Formats: sequence, C-alpha cells, structure tokens
Amino acid sequence: MSYLGLLWTGLFRRQTRTILTLASITVAFLLFALLRSIVVGLTGGVNADGADRLITSPRYSIVDPIPISHLNRIVTLPGVLAATHADWFGGRYKEPANFFPKYPVNPRDYFAMYPEYRMPKAQLDAFERIRTGAVASRALAVKYNWKIGDQIPIEADIWPKKGGERLWVFDLVGIYDIAPGGTDPKVFLLNYNYFDEARQFAQGSVGWFIVRVAQPKESAEISRSIDKLFANSSDETKTSTEQEFQASFVNQLGDIGLIMTSILGAVFFTILLLTGNTMAQSFRERIPEIAVLKTLGFSNPAILSLILGEAVLLCVLACAIGVGGAWLLTPVIGPALTNILPSFGIAPATMAAGFAIAILLGLVTGFFPAMQGMRLTIVEALRRG
Amino acid sequence: MLAITSMNLRTVPTRWASSLVIVVGIAGVVTVMVALLALATGFSSTLQRTGHADRAIILRGGANGELSSSLTTERAQIVATMPGIAQLNGVAAASPELYLVADVPKRANGSAANLPLRGMTPLGVTLRPEVKILQGRMFKPGKAELIAGRGAANQFMGLDLGAKIKLRDATLEVVGIFSADGGGHESEVWMDLPVVQDLFRGPGVISSLRIAARSPSDIALLKQSIEADRRLDMTVTDEQTYYGKQSERLTALITGFGYAVAVIMGIGALFAALNTMFSAVSARTIEIATLRALGFGGMPVMMSVVVEAMMLAASGGAIGGLIAYLGFNGSTVSTLNQASFSQVAFDFAVTPALITKGITIALVLGLIGGLMPAWRAASLPVTAALRRA
Repeated sequence: MSYLGLLWTGLFRRQTRTILTLASITVAFLLFALLRSIVVGLTGGVNADGADRLITSPRYSIVDPIPISHLNRIVTLPGVLAATHADWFGGRYKEPANFFPKYPVNPRDYFAMYPEYRMPKAQLDAFERIRTGAVASRALAVKYNWKIGDQIPIEADIWPKKGGERLWVFDLVGIYDIAPGGTDPKVFLLNYNYFDEARQFAQGSVGWFIVRVAQPKESAEISRSIDKLFANSSDETKTSTEQEFQASFVNQLGDIGLIMTSILGAVFFTILLLTGNTMAQSFRERIPEIAVLKTLGFSNPAILSLILGEAVLLCVLACAIGVGGAWLLTPVIGPALTNILPSFGIAPATMAAGFAIAILLGLVTGFFPAMQGMRLTIVEALRRG
Repeated sequence: MLAITSMNLRTVPTRWASSLVIVVGIAGVVTVMVALLALATGFSSTLQRTGHADRAIILRGGANGELSSSLTTERAQIVATMPGIAQLNGVAAASPELYLVADVPKRANGSAANLPLRGMTPLGVTLRPEVKILQGRMFKPGKAELIAGRGAANQFMGLDLGAKIKLRDATLEVVGIFSADGGGHESEVWMDLPVVQDLFRGPGVISSLRIAARSPSDIALLKQSIEADRRLDMTVTDEQTYYGKQSERLTALITGFGYAVAVIMGIGALFAALNTMFSAVSARTIEIATLRALGFGGMPVMMSVVVEAMMLAASGGAIGGLIAYLGFNGSTVSTLNQASFSQVAFDFAVTPALITKGITIALVLGLIGGLMPAWRAASLPVTAALRRA
C-alpha cells in the first residue's frame, strides 16, 4: 500500500467521525473564504490601472464645493499629464433603495482619464453632443434593464433645478464596459455642462478633481504642489492617490475589518479545538495499531509523518471543499451584496491563504498525537490494546 | 425515564473531552451571533434615542437628510410662526441649524473621518432637554467655541476639554463635553450658528429647522400645512421616523450578516455535535444494551441522549452569551452612517433578549445534534451489542 493510501485508510477508519469532522472544518473554510472576500471587496476594488491617478478634494470637508477654475492651474504643474473633474449628484432613481453613484462629468476628458472604461466612439460622441445625455456602466444597465434611448428620471435631493423643479430626466446615449480584470464601478455619468447650467445654485463648482501624473513615483510630490497652489485660499484642497482616497472611505467604516477578523479568529479557535479533539480521539483508539506498525519496522519519524499527514490531509481536504463551495456560491452571493460591495469574488490570494491555514491547522492539531505516537513503546502499547 | 437520563448525565464528566466539543462549538456560534446582533441593536437604539415624538425636522423638499438640504433663515422664519409649534420661554421652539461634516482624524488610526458639526443658537439646546453638559460649560454666542458630544470626544483627535481644534480658518476651543441620553447627537460637535455659517457657508444658510411641537399630533398638522404650500418647498418629518429610517439599512445589514454567519457556523457546530453524540453513544453501547436487556424501552434511552446533547448545548449557549456580554457589552465602536454621511459612535448592547435568542439557537442545535445519535442508540440491536462487549 502506498503512503498516501495508508493515510487515506487511516483517515476513513471511522467513516462517520471523519466525515463529520471534515464537514465541520469545511464549514470553517467556507466561512473563511466568504468573510475574507468581503474584507477584500471592501478594501480592494482598486486595480493597478489607477496607479497614476490622484484625487484632489476639498481640504476640510468632502461635501464642500470647489471651484472648477482650479483645474486650469492644476494642469500647468510639471509632471501632470491631464486633469478632469467630477461631482456628486445624489438623487434617487424611482426607489430610495436603488442606490448608485451619479457623477456630472466632462464626457471626453473623463473617459480619457479612465481608459479602462470602454465605450464605442459613436456613443461617446453622442454623450458629448446631447446635453441631457447620460451613460451607464454595463452592470447598471443590466440591473435596471436600460437600453440606449431610454429616458432615466432622477429625483434630486441635493441639486434642484432653477425654479425648484426636482425631476431631472436624462437620455441614455451609451453603455460602457470595463476592461477585462477590472471592477464595474456601477456609476451613472451625466453631462456636467448641462448639470451646471440647470442647477439652482453653486454654479462653477465641482466635487473633486482627478489628476493623471506622468510618473506614479512622483505622486506624493505632485500632491503637495497641487495643495500648495491653493493653500491659504478660501478653497484649499487635499490631494492623495486614488488608492488612498478610496482607502479613506473604507477607514471610515471603522472597526468593520477588526470585527470580521475577530469573527474569523473565533471560528478558527473553535475549529482548532474540535479538530484537535478528534485527532486525539482517533489516535487513542489506534494505539495498538501504531504499535503493530512499529513492530513491523516503521521508524519513529515515519509514525510522526503518518499521523501529521493524516491531520494535514483532513484539513486540506476540508479547505478544498470549503473554498470550492464558496467559489460556487459566488454567483448567488455577489448580487445579494451589490449595494455594499461593487464586486465580490474569491481572490487567488484568499485561496492561497486558506490552504496555508489548512496546513498549519493540520500540523497544530496533529502535533500532540504525533509526538505521543513517536514516544510510544511497543510493549506498553500492545499491552494497553 | 428520568432515572436513566440523570444516570447518563452523571457519566458525562467521564467523557468530558468529547463533551467539551459540543460546549465549545456552540459557545463559539452563540458568541459570534450575540455579538453581531448586539452591534445592530446598539446602533439602532442609539439612533432611536435621538428621536423624540414631539419634535420634527424640516428640510428642503426632496432632501433626504440634513446634509443634502439647504434653506435660508429667512424662509425658515415663515414656518417658525405657524400654530402648533411650542413656546419656550416666550419664543417659538424653532431652531435653525446648519449641519456639516468636517475631516478630522480619528483617535483609533489617525485617519480622517467625517465629524458632524452642528451650528445652532442657544435655542437648539433648550429645545433638546435630554442634553446635559457633563464637563465645562456651554459655548457662548459669537465666540470661536464648541462643545463636543461624549461619543465624538472619544472618537476624534483633539476633542479634549480645553483643547483647541483648527477648522478652516478658525481655531475653536473645546469648552464643554455633553451627553444626550445616549443618542446620536453625542457623536456631534455643536457651536454657534453664525460662527459655522461664517466658516463654511456664508450668512443666512442653514440646512434644517428643528421644531418642538405642543404635542405629537400637532406635528401631523404642521406637516400637512407646510407641505401643502408649494412655495415653501419643505418636508416635515417627525424625529422618530427620521432617525428610525437612518438606522434601518445598517441595522438590517448587520442583523442579516449576524444571522448568516451564525447559520453557517451553526452547521459546522452541528457536525461537531453529531460527532460527539455518536461517540457518546458508542461509548455507552454496553450500558445501553444492558438497559434494553433489562426491559427498558427505546424511548428512555433516546431521551437520555437528546437531553445530554441539549444540556451540553445549553451550557455552551450560556457560556457564549456570557463571553459576548463580558467581552463586548458597552464597548464603543464607531462607523460611517451612510444615511447621515457622518461617524456615529454607539455601544454594543447585549440585551437579555439577545442572550435568550442565543440560548434558543443553542438548544435547537443540541436537539438536532442529539436526535440522530439518539435514534441509533435506541435501535441498537441488544444481542449484537452485548456480544461485541
């Protein structure tokens, strides 16, 4: 019998127990994969595409307006390739529950800033030309079943039109896709020029700027020079990389990450005790068997690796089923979390971490039985049997 | 039946190691579930405490919160004279307020988060009788001073009594720390309305008008007459509805998450419980067979196994509840409330109802985990079992 075969037989010596233990460790890994992916989804969503982009926002409060004229001064700075702006429209589409961000932007500049957003040229032209035009990401269009040519009514909360009218109606003139590997941001974009002209107040202001730098390694320096441009003015700014900007929102969620980690800690602590117990139990039952193996000439290290191997095999098997199960569940869970997480998926890094934990868990739980097995004297063990 | 059950329970200590598996497994499930539900309960109760039935908030039409609303003091004056609004010391209880968020670093990690600022006249404080100055004093009109809610003071850097904090062009002194009956206002910083207007938005701009009505039913009447007037373009919402809505989404989210994690963990613990009970039954094979041979029926044997599982599970549940209580109850966390776009500090609230829920789940898990092994115990073929011995 091969070594692996011996492990396998040992593992399934007591089928019910092994299957039940396997099942409970599997559940732990399922939970691990899901929770870890939520944390990754909250902190991630940023891809390498944005490494050369900076965000310039109002210094004192994210809700302050900043003048669009800042843009002209930002683009003159050395090291800055391009800059554009966006704003927060707020508003609701039919139901308050239909939440998605809506940004008034300069169509051509915005799409140039985000090359990973792909849209046919004719649609971009139409977006630029048609004042009331708007475009949606593929995922948004699918979610609300929008087609090009549809009219999208949005009721304003922050920005009423001149005269107090709250209903804005946009014509959907384009749907953009995201380059492979990217995350669909589920953002609805509308024409800044139309928005600025039609809104009741705050003309000439925007929410934030997006700045492209020539060299990502100069980001910190350029950020400082941007903020210096407006220091001591009534509209000071705060510039950071796109990743830092997004991370600041995640940080605002506060202790969520800590809470997730504590839950996982509790889960694995529990599982550690359960598996450890099962391994010890299965070892006790097999003391005579191990003695027989030793009599047959199995060396102490061989016994050690046999018992450790069994524990590791059990955990790795559970991890494979648990993480695989989580992966299979992704199409179900992703849409359910769509309002909190733009994207949900089991990253390769999460899978790798799962297997690393599995091996560690196996080694820890198998350690004491393995040591006992090694120290076992044949005569005594056989007598006990 | 009782005799067998109690006899069996007395043998549990001899199988303590495997019995511990049930206790620990279920304690884990209950701890996590109770802690997460306590988080949701704490959050929603904090926001509920903010709202009072006889008060209402008036926003610009269409605005879904104070941050997206803007009004002028001028227009707010029209509303302040309407019937139904209570009188406080001879003036109408209508407080014009400007609500903003400012980037201030949090104590926990030094990263900037949205600190809510509220500018108000002294009337704003008299309008809210639940507000108590715990340390220091009230801010003085026209002065660059602020008072900080105790939640905000705990979460944000620089909000210490006597300290100075820079906001835009001004340096404001923290002259007082206040409490507000555990409500959401404790996460805010309050200062004089003209001071905030000057710093952020210019004179005359406010976000909301807070009113105290003579009675809750007056609010409904005020709502009717104000919202009917299209020129005013304002919405009136009673505070309980307003803050209730703010807590809805996050509460539902955390509660749903808590149950989902508990169910998944519960399934894991259930497998472990089955494991234990199967091995408990196999350890008792001879004893059970002997009982059956003596003429005891299958039922008492089944009962003894189920009761054992449920007792172990219940103690696991109680331990889990206790861990959640000792470890979390009263500890403060803070997060971004999407509805107000600002940081809200709140405490985990491990209530008796939550502990009861935890123990109930534990009992259910124990029952399911005990039934199958119990069935096996009851259907053990007596002769074969004795022969094996």
